[in-house]
Amino acid sequence: MKLAVVNFPGSNCDMDLFYAIRDGIKQAVELVDYRATSLKGFDGVLIPGGFSYGDYLRSGAIAVHAPIVKEIIRFANEGKIVLGICNGFQILTELGLLPGALIQNEKSRFICETVDLEVENNQTIFTSHYQPKEVIKVPVAHGEGRYYCDEATLQELKENRQIIFKYKENINGSVDQIAGIANKEKNVLGMMPHPERAIEEILGSDDGLKLFQSLINPEVKVND
Amino acid sequence: MTEPTAEQIKTEKIYQQWGLTDEEYDLISEKILHRLPNYTEAGLYSVMWSEHCSYKNSKKVLRKMPNHSDRVLAGPGEDAGILDIGDNQAVVFKAESHNHPSAVEPYQGAATGVGGIIRDIFSMGAQPIALMNSLKFGPLKDGKTKHLVNEVVAGIGGYGNCIGLPTIGGEISFEDCYEHNPLVNAMCIGLLNSTDFKHGTASGDKNLIVYVGAKTGRDGIHGATFASDEFTDTKNKQRSAVQVGNPFIEKLLMDACVEIIEQHSNWILGIQDMGAAGLVSSTAEMASKAGSGLKLNLDRVPQRETGMTAYEMMLSESQERMVLCVKPEFIDDVLNFFRHFELDAVVIGEVTNDKQYRIYHHDELVTDIPVDSLTEDVPEYDRIEKQPQRMIDDKDFHFEPTISSLKETWLDMLKRPNIASKKYFYQTYDSQVKANTLVRPGSDSGVVRIRGTKKAIAVTNDSNSKYVYLNPFVGGQIAVMEAARNIVASGGLPIGITDCLNYGNPEDPEAFYELDKSVEGIASACEIIDTPVISGNVSLYNEYNEVAIYPSPMVGMVGLIDDFKKVTTSDFKHGQDLIYVLGQTADDFNGSEIQMAQMKKLKGDLRPLDLNQEKLHQDLIRQAINQGLLKSCHDLSEGGLAVALSESAFGNDLGFEIETKLTSKQMFSETQSRFLVTVAPKDQMAFENLVQRDFELLGFVSSQNIFKITTADATVQINGQAAKSNWKEAIACLMK
Repeated sequence: MKLAVVNFPGSNCDMDLFYAIRDGIKQAVELVDYRATSLKGFDGVLIPGGFSYGDYLRSGAIAVHAPIVKEIIRFANEGKIVLGICNGFQILTELGLLPGALIQNEKSRFICETVDLEVENNQTIFTSHYQPKEVIKVPVAHGEGRYYCDEATLQELKENRQIIFKYKENINGSVDQIAGIANKEKNVLGMMPHPERAIEEILGSDDGLKLFQSLINPEVKVND
Repeated sequence: MTEPTAEQIKTEKIYQQWGLTDEEYDLISEKILHRLPNYTEAGLYSVMWSEHCSYKNSKKVLRKMPNHSDRVLAGPGEDAGILDIGDNQAVVFKAESHNHPSAVEPYQGAATGVGGIIRDIFSMGAQPIALMNSLKFGPLKDGKTKHLVNEVVAGIGGYGNCIGLPTIGGEISFEDCYEHNPLVNAMCIGLLNSTDFKHGTASGDKNLIVYVGAKTGRDGIHGATFASDEFTDTKNKQRSAVQVGNPFIEKLLMDACVEIIEQHSNWILGIQDMGAAGLVSSTAEMASKAGSGLKLNLDRVPQRETGMTAYEMMLSESQERMVLCVKPEFIDDVLNFFRHFELDAVVIGEVTNDKQYRIYHHDELVTDIPVDSLTEDVPEYDRIEKQPQRMIDDKDFHFEPTISSLKETWLDMLKRPNIASKKYFYQTYDSQVKANTLVRPGSDSGVVRIRGTKKAIAVTNDSNSKYVYLNPFVGGQIAVMEAARNIVASGGLPIGITDCLNYGNPEDPEAFYELDKSVEGIASACEIIDTPVISGNVSLYNEYNEVAIYPSPMVGMVGLIDDFKKVTTSDFKHGQDLIYVLGQTADDFNGSEIQMAQMKKLKGDLRPLDLNQEKLHQDLIRQAINQGLLKSCHDLSEGGLAVALSESAFGNDLGFEIETKLTSKQMFSETQSRFLVTVAPKDQMAFENLVQRDFELLGFVSSQNIFKITTADATVQINGQAAKSNWKEAIACLMK
């Protein structure tokens, strides 16, 4: 498997994600410049955290005009792996590849903390290595991570089992404690927490590793 | 508006508003130039000769600091100091104060403090790996101070989080003397993956001077002069002197500079950050160090505003700008390289061999002065010093706390802002980006591993200014040793320090005594534990209406951990582990937090610090950690044993049961050279045989969340959760 990590100006978790793939699950991975126009040869694309374009205007709002974005959309439509973490999640909602929006945390402050997440749906290519309702420890670090959507969208997310991760304790005021959602087809995942920071026990948790392992071993079927 | 003529500057003494004295002005016009300096030239001298840039008041004192060891590759004089850590790797670090800007415009003042210190690190060719900070404010009583604290913390987080560097620790304290003059000191640590590094020099006739980064605006003009002056009620309209930061541009600049030095080292002869006194300071220093001259053409400088004069451009402190010296044959490569990162990069001048500093603007020669006169000819002052009267008057005063209820005093101490958890602040800093952070804020040191190796770097910032106020010499020693204990407790070997020396007006003999004596204290402690002072800065004139802050040297210490498995934290780990205190406890209450709590002021002298015993205890702890004997280790500091025990129990919601020969008062004594450690029962003999003396077995960790202490005169038991909520909620409560 070969994965692309897209590097926008201002991305700052690109290398963390790169190492998670290279050292954590030992798969091929390359950094791809935002000016590139092709993702040919890759099996999936990962959009890292950070402050693309300094978060000017609105988180993720400028990144959606970068040349590489057409290819991200193509991957999403072709059912290939698309994973956006933190600022990557914000970019995916800006693009409309995922519903809803990420707005300023309820208490208007940046939060960096390792939090408990509950795996809401373990029957996806991103989560098949987790147990149903497994509680995992994953760091968050964001100022605009409060997931918001209207009631109708929330119902739809629930019906289609698109809610993938929830916070055990609602740290930022997200609707329904949502920490991560997928598209209907479940090939596009956006999440605020940083699984790439939780792949070694010495960093405080290795619970994020299973997410990346699920990607390379999607045939593993889970008991629900 | 037309600029004053050279004649007007002299007769109207305009130079005085810029901080130059009559004697200094005469020296420039009569001895150096043999003519009157024009407006631009006088401006250049005034910033370059400010204390902030020239250290003219503090140089003699700073020479007392040791700056050599087997590890030192570069010391003071470069943008940052460098220490060899083996395997062809080196750590680069420096701390800098941004006190004055933060007092006026707290968000931008703090943010640009972080931005500036990061540039000092990557200008050495190092990859920045972590940030730290040390903050001091007035008490959290009124809205004004709370606003200041919130904005400073937000500025630090806003910059560090955006650029993507983890803030792995620091300290925040609150005392009355900082109410109008807060201290904001930031530190950056970088890693050099080779022991080759770039000097900040501009050498070789006809080599080109390249400007890279953000455009120049009118922000920060005379920032260095402003930082070398005091605050008063009437002198507070200096807002235009504060710079505005853009961490997004700095991220591009950092990535570009690190990459170009790593991959194309031969293209670049020298590189320097444009920090205080911007363009003039960076270019003049680069030329002067290389024994060269420079010709600059200001028409080429990327400008954010129109109609800027030479004076404004040269003195601007616009952020996120670097100067490079490049060989002509590589100039296209260099310019294209930076343009790929979407950064402005232009040739603004060239190196000459006549040691003159020449600036052209609109085809006119606006400055023509000897380059060394800006950097080398600054007068050095020998200031008069006098022992502060309080030290003489209060020499024999010994504070004794009154403990009517050990339980109440204990719970109250945990709530004091200087002791309570600072998580409310540090959780707004991204401490984990880069996925290398092994110990996050809240323990004795922050620790990051060096990816691909077994090594890790421990960092701490310490400055207990209360001790320095009571006895500058001993206080200076304590600042270093407390930092060292924090490093040692984390499993590290202290290898060097950087410092920010925050003091009052050096022209006041008592303030100068504080500076001089505390530097002597710092120097003597550094000698004993072989931690050279490899970088730092001086911030004088921290006064408000002629009342100075406590003398506040901030020690930023770096430690090397050869194997990250040795990383030790302050949290108790398991029930039944044995709790020891290493080091004797005496009645040391002068300068303590309990003195402030009960007496509401500081008074008395400090006992001399036994440096040899201090070093012995640090060595014993390092040996115990190396032998795998310690489950937890915590430096004893503010609030003494009672506070340290509680803090160690909070992390994993454990409890403890101890019985000690100490009195209840002594539970709050702040005797130096002590550590609180836990040891697995099976290792009891091994540990006791190792340390041999000066320890007391206090009791054991309990898996129940109950804190039980029996002292020589009382027995108390408190609920762990109740204690924790006092400690954990206090700051958030005060900030409401």
